[in-house]
Amino acid sequence: MRLEQVAGELVDRAKIAGATAADVVVREADEFSTTLRMGKIESLKEAASKALGLRVLIGIRSATSYSSDFSERSLQRLLERTIAMAKVTSEDPASGLPERDQLGRYPGELNLFSSDVDLLSTEDRIQLARRAEEAALGADPRIQNSEGAGFEASQGTVAYANSLGFVGSYRASYCALSVSPIARQNGSMQRDYWYSVARRAAALETPEAVGRKAAQRVLRKLGARKVSTCQVPVVFDPETARSLLSHIFDAVRGDAIYRSASFLTGKLHQKIANDNVTILDDGLRSGGFGSRPFDGEGIPSSVTPVIEKGLLQNYLLNCYTARKLGLRTTGNASRGIAGPPGVGPKNFYLPPGPHSPEEIVRSVENGFYVTELIGFGVNTVTGDYSRGAGGMWVEKGKFAYPVEEVTIAGNLAEMLNHVEMVGSDLEFRSALAAPTLLISGLTVAGT
Amino acid sequence: MASVERFFYDHYGLAESSLARYLEAALSEGGDYADLYFEHTTTSSILLDESLVKTATEGISMGCGIRVLSGEQTGYGYTDDLAPERILKAAKIAARIASGPAHVSSVGLSTIANTHDFYPVASPATERELTEKLELVLRADRAARAYDPRIKQVRVTFGDQIRHVLIAGSDGRVVTDFQPLARLGVFSIAKEGSKLQSGTSGGGGRVGLEFFQGDRSPEYFAGEAARQAIVQLEAREAPAGEMEVVLGPGWPGILLHEAVGHGLEADFNRKGISAFSGRIGQRVASELCTVIDDGTIPGRRGSLNVDDEGEPTQKTVLIENGILRGYLEDKLSAGILKTTRTGNGRRESYEHIPMPRMTNTYMLAGNDDPGEILRSVKHGLYAVSFGGGQVDITNGKFVFSASEAYLIEDGKVAAPVKGATLIGDGPTVLTRVTAVGNDLKLDPGIGTCGKDGQSVPVGVGIPTIKVSRLTVGGTSLGRLQSFQ
Repeated sequence: MRLEQVAGELVDRAKIAGATAADVVVREADEFSTTLRMGKIESLKEAASKALGLRVLIGIRSATSYSSDFSERSLQRLLERTIAMAKVTSEDPASGLPERDQLGRYPGELNLFSSDVDLLSTEDRIQLARRAEEAALGADPRIQNSEGAGFEASQGTVAYANSLGFVGSYRASYCALSVSPIARQNGSMQRDYWYSVARRAAALETPEAVGRKAAQRVLRKLGARKVSTCQVPVVFDPETARSLLSHIFDAVRGDAIYRSASFLTGKLHQKIANDNVTILDDGLRSGGFGSRPFDGEGIPSSVTPVIEKGLLQNYLLNCYTARKLGLRTTGNASRGIAGPPGVGPKNFYLPPGPHSPEEIVRSVENGFYVTELIGFGVNTVTGDYSRGAGGMWVEKGKFAYPVEEVTIAGNLAEMLNHVEMVGSDLEFRSALAAPTLLISGLTVAGT
Repeated sequence: MASVERFFYDHYGLAESSLARYLEAALSEGGDYADLYFEHTTTSSILLDESLVKTATEGISMGCGIRVLSGEQTGYGYTDDLAPERILKAAKIAARIASGPAHVSSVGLSTIANTHDFYPVASPATERELTEKLELVLRADRAARAYDPRIKQVRVTFGDQIRHVLIAGSDGRVVTDFQPLARLGVFSIAKEGSKLQSGTSGGGGRVGLEFFQGDRSPEYFAGEAARQAIVQLEAREAPAGEMEVVLGPGWPGILLHEAVGHGLEADFNRKGISAFSGRIGQRVASELCTVIDDGTIPGRRGSLNVDDEGEPTQKTVLIENGILRGYLEDKLSAGILKTTRTGNGRRESYEHIPMPRMTNTYMLAGNDDPGEILRSVKHGLYAVSFGGGQVDITNGKFVFSASEAYLIEDGKVAAPVKGATLIGDGPTVLTRVTAVGNDLKLDPGIGTCGKDGQSVPVGVGIPTIKVSRLTVGGTSLGRLQSFQ
């Protein structure tokens, strides 16, 4: 394959130019997006792009570079500059490529690519967005405006090569349909959205389903009000529960651990969560948004248990953070174009529990069902958590009225121990996923 | 500078005479307007962690984005290859938004010189030796560790870029610019017993390395990051509920960015989906408040000579003595709203469609003494440093997260409290501003704003202000009693 050849040749040239080791990632993608608003096309965008990233090592010093220009002149200059930089960075004993025997590729089929995404014509794509918006606008007379509907599609190839002889590549496709209706009542407006994403066009929800769901979500926000400050059980719907998983991910990533920048530092093999909490990081889910045959350093994908019945079993590591911690990589090297390998999730998720979401809401005497979280008030170092929230107030097991302009606050370490119920409604809509969760002991701040 | 104007012609083989041909191709299916945005960005960054320079990264991103406007519709194509056939292909993709015969058969172009230079940097950081920048990060590391033995971890980043742009519009204007940017960031962790806390600081702008001295030196930012982490070791639970809040000067201006700035971007308003839609001329703040967006402040992170549509930036009054005066406009919205452009059409890169964005957003100084403002508060919160913020522009609810805050008790600054999110309502929060200090300060140059997946550098600023009522999202219910 052509991209593998570009990657392999640049690795060879780096060695000739004086690198003791090198690796290269090359990406190529075709991207499409369209937005419609009130039935009219607002934008139509299409392009093909490519870029490559290079890392060179001279002994245990390293430097990285990237470029979208693959011309001979540009690559030669890139190589020279990178080698020059690697001569002035610090010696870092943890740096370096994986061991040769760690390299490999998951041999099975991961279904990351489907040709049906590309087969949809521009007109088909516009039509999907149009139908989603029509369904939202037609759902209720209080919905008369929209921020728009959109369809995006991409397909691309990633290739990776290193100076230990690894060369590999894989293709992936992606498509997404979304709509954001605006509802108005008594002079005040609310906006919400819904979306469907998939690697296969055939796996997308129907535009009508997406539009109706968006309409339901925005209508239930009408008439929202603040509540009095109190401490109550909080139900996180799957969308907001997923954001909690992203904070847990940030706390188990190896770079946060070796820097002591996580509240989970030093907690390996300890009980850190309630018995009903298990979190897995699975690189092998068919069609998963975080699935891949090998990671950004050429390590074959696998399934890593992170938390099992409340016990912290693994941090998530690339080769660098594994060496820092004296552990083995978990195949979590993420590799953008710029910079050295980072740590990224595979499919990082909390498996479904025994309770239906309805059952969870029914169990709440007086509490808050959160459907929306905004802001950045999460401190991974301390676990302190404070975010803006919106959703529904729950009284005697039923939705009573919508709530806005409040915050919820607590500490992630305590929240993990206060997961009271785990929902059965797990759905993968990104590389991170969680079902409905009920967590007690949070402070809701309002009036 | 002739070399800036000729950058793409001299180094990347772009033929000046071809620009008109590309624009004509873009308008070949009709359409009202087309523009070409050529960009070449060189980026460099270094990371120091555990007192080691762990990595240095350099990169180049280059390409051309082509836009066609047809009524309210935008067609867009881009290419990372400047070969004529690739640019023409992108132009034809953009052209598909329109359908009909071309109204424009030929485009005549002339280069317009910029009337001002808000970032006259003689020697941009990106062109300096790596060793000079290594010295800055090493100095910051030493200073943070020397601040207090409880500082256990220090991470320092230095990032800089140079962006060359050439924007050619079918209105005949060709504009070029050279946009430097540099930023130093320090993150520290303090440890005492089992308690861990962190602090962050940093600064920069459209400046060269000479910027980083005095109260903008690596030692200053490192000291701030270390001081914040040490202060937080003593922090108690933040209060929960509504209370009087005093914001310190500078970076707390993020309040303006979230509470009103986004809601005044013209795209949301022409669509009628902002909480501020249709409210020009109405009172949206107390008469103490005048809020400005200004892309023309020399050297600031949010400043630009021209926006990313080639329009000169300006100083725009958004709120004057409490009355809403105007929106932030780009070409498309100004055309639809029949108003004038304000130089706020910005984009992340050649891969992105421009839209209305803020530049540097701040509140003018008032007459109050900052010390007096604090003394006037019986019980409240004094917030001096913030992390990020976010807003729902439709219902107007916004948040911003305090990373350094103190209780105010009987007019005195008392114990530090843990980080907490503050939440309010954009169209009403400024009506509750009851005091504005005489100490306007702009932020140190660290802000990045995200909208629709596009990030652009921005600035904020504010004097000390008092807000009579704002919800503070802490955990402490007990504390609350003393506020009622």
